[in-house]
Amino acid sequence: MSTLEIKDLHVSIETEQGNKEILKGVSLTIKTGETHAIMGPNGSGKSTLASTIAGHPRYTVTSGSITLDGADVLEMSVDERARAGMFLAMQYPVEVPGVSMTNFLRTAKTAIDGEAPKLRTWTKDVKSAMEKLKIDAEFASRNVNEGFSGGEKKRVEILQLELFKPKFAILDETDSGLDVDALKVVSEGVNRAQEENEMGTLLITHYTRILRYIKPDFVHVFVDGKIAEQGGAELADRLEDEGYDRFLNVPA
Amino acid sequence: MTDTATHVTGEKARLGAPSISGFTEEGENLSPLNEAEATAPLGGDASKAHSHGGGAGIPDSSRAGRKTSYNVEDFPALTGREEDFRFTPLKRMGGLHKNELAGTAPELALSGAKAATLETVAMTDARVGSAGIPEDRISANAWKHAAEAKVLTIPANSSGEQVTLTYTGTSTEAAASHLVVVAEANSESVVVIDHVGSVVLAQNIEIDVREGAKLTVISLQAWADDAIHASSHLAKVRKDGHLKHIAVTYGGDLVRLTPSAHFDGEGGEVELFGLYFADAGQHLEHRLFVDHATENCKSNVLYKGALQGKDAHTVWVGDVLIRKEAKGTNSYEANRNLVLTEGARADSVPNLEIETGLIDGAGHASTTGRFDDEHLFYLMSRGIDEKTARRLVVRGFLNEIVQQIRVPEIEERLAETIERELAATDS
Repeated sequence: MSTLEIKDLHVSIETEQGNKEILKGVSLTIKTGETHAIMGPNGSGKSTLASTIAGHPRYTVTSGSITLDGADVLEMSVDERARAGMFLAMQYPVEVPGVSMTNFLRTAKTAIDGEAPKLRTWTKDVKSAMEKLKIDAEFASRNVNEGFSGGEKKRVEILQLELFKPKFAILDETDSGLDVDALKVVSEGVNRAQEENEMGTLLITHYTRILRYIKPDFVHVFVDGKIAEQGGAELADRLEDEGYDRFLNVPA
Repeated sequence: MTDTATHVTGEKARLGAPSISGFTEEGENLSPLNEAEATAPLGGDASKAHSHGGGAGIPDSSRAGRKTSYNVEDFPALTGREEDFRFTPLKRMGGLHKNELAGTAPELALSGAKAATLETVAMTDARVGSAGIPEDRISANAWKHAAEAKVLTIPANSSGEQVTLTYTGTSTEAAASHLVVVAEANSESVVVIDHVGSVVLAQNIEIDVREGAKLTVISLQAWADDAIHASSHLAKVRKDGHLKHIAVTYGGDLVRLTPSAHFDGEGGEVELFGLYFADAGQHLEHRLFVDHATENCKSNVLYKGALQGKDAHTVWVGDVLIRKEAKGTNSYEANRNLVLTEGARADSVPNLEIETGLIDGAGHASTTGRFDDEHLFYLMSRGIDEKTARRLVVRGFLNEIVQQIRVPEIEERLAETIERELAATDS
């Protein structure tokens, strides 16, 4: 079992008006096999947490720590974090010109595992994972995310999740922009990855509807860069009924 | 200018389209140099209605109206405002467009020949001028000053011939050179033309693809850093001839390559591929022309370029003209650029003129994309280290052209060159 531990994390970004603190002391512990949902209104810092864990250069950690089984994640480069077993399914996956999906998937898999996958089984794995996510086989020869629709990009993120088998997955608003059918397909993919690999999941979402398909063990409500409330799955149901108003109306 | 202005007004009124004096769809003021051609049957007026390249009332708007002549005096002195020179920094041309080209031409060596022959002939030889006529002033100037011509002949019905012609430059005195490549009827061959060393060179290469011949020409511009090179590749593709032309440019301070392919019989096919990699300060320009003048011919154009470093500048202009008589034409052209760093500039202008509706297909595309930090972050977040990520993108991008070469030594050499170029960005 592995543990991803976030302790009193403060993160800021540079804006034209100077430094702005987005995360104001976040603590969270996720163990493999667990699913944590992070919910909250827009601008509460959910995506900042996701990008900071992955190491996006835009975000500066001013204090606090992130450790993976005791190892300092903040000391690792972006690629080292991925090789250590972390995966970020991005909210806006980037188009990478000139690199075919096939080449990209194989190169990433090789980097993560430290050795090239066996060609025969790999091709089969990719094919069957694509089928399950209802991704057209033709996508394999296209460039990474180039010309993909929003929904197709999200499916391709989950395809990578299934193929790379990370210890911890951070899903940054994977549900946004998906219709019900796509949401179901994508959720099934996440559930498969969780069952097969004992994956720990940090599910970031604004809406509760994805939680009908992916059952969280814990729910954390983010407000203004901090966790305002935590609980079990029942907290999500309450949010579904009440929305975020009761958090936002409390004077700071 | 008064005449031009009048012309614009008249044109505007006739087409009922708004036009801004001196501006075209490309937003640049074009020179009134070829005014006279505008009234020729295939000139500006005739093609305006379908042209992407020219705007209303611009005399130079059809490629068909462009002057051609063996005589340099027929081309007015260049100002840099001409449509075909508007991107070229004339000051850096080493006088190739105006001076006497009396320097020593780079030495030419032939290797790998089995049946092919290389002769040195006078510029009055019948084969000189058999496949092309200069389409710009530099080409005509080179024609005038070339002391002699080299003629490479691939004998009729021969197959499997693969030869390399190497130009080695040792002088930066402005010089001219002339080469004729004749692929005789039904021959099948690959001709590599390698350019290394230092030169200030205006060059004409005529490529005569005779009936049923299948010729691949790979021209490598692998010059030393100070080279200045203007080269016209003038190809004539006769009945059922097939020309595959690959331009690879990464050396030199300024390279201006103008491949031009003319069909001279039915059933011809032309493939024009190109790969360029521009570093800081380099100007690499490729202007090509495919002239569909006969029925049932095919052309396919794909140029890909990578740019990095301050003031790296690439220019790609692709003129495809499908004349009235070119029924059954099938044509496509595309240019794709990948800008790797800040401060580099890629200009890309596809021009497609279609004068008949009876064609199988015609299309064009142009994209210029940036490799930026978000690409890097995405690839690295999947465990790929930074160096590998960069190489992955550039290699993948250029590979489409490298694969077309099918000469293992050259593919290898290019792979190494790309690695070396990329290593320069890493440091």
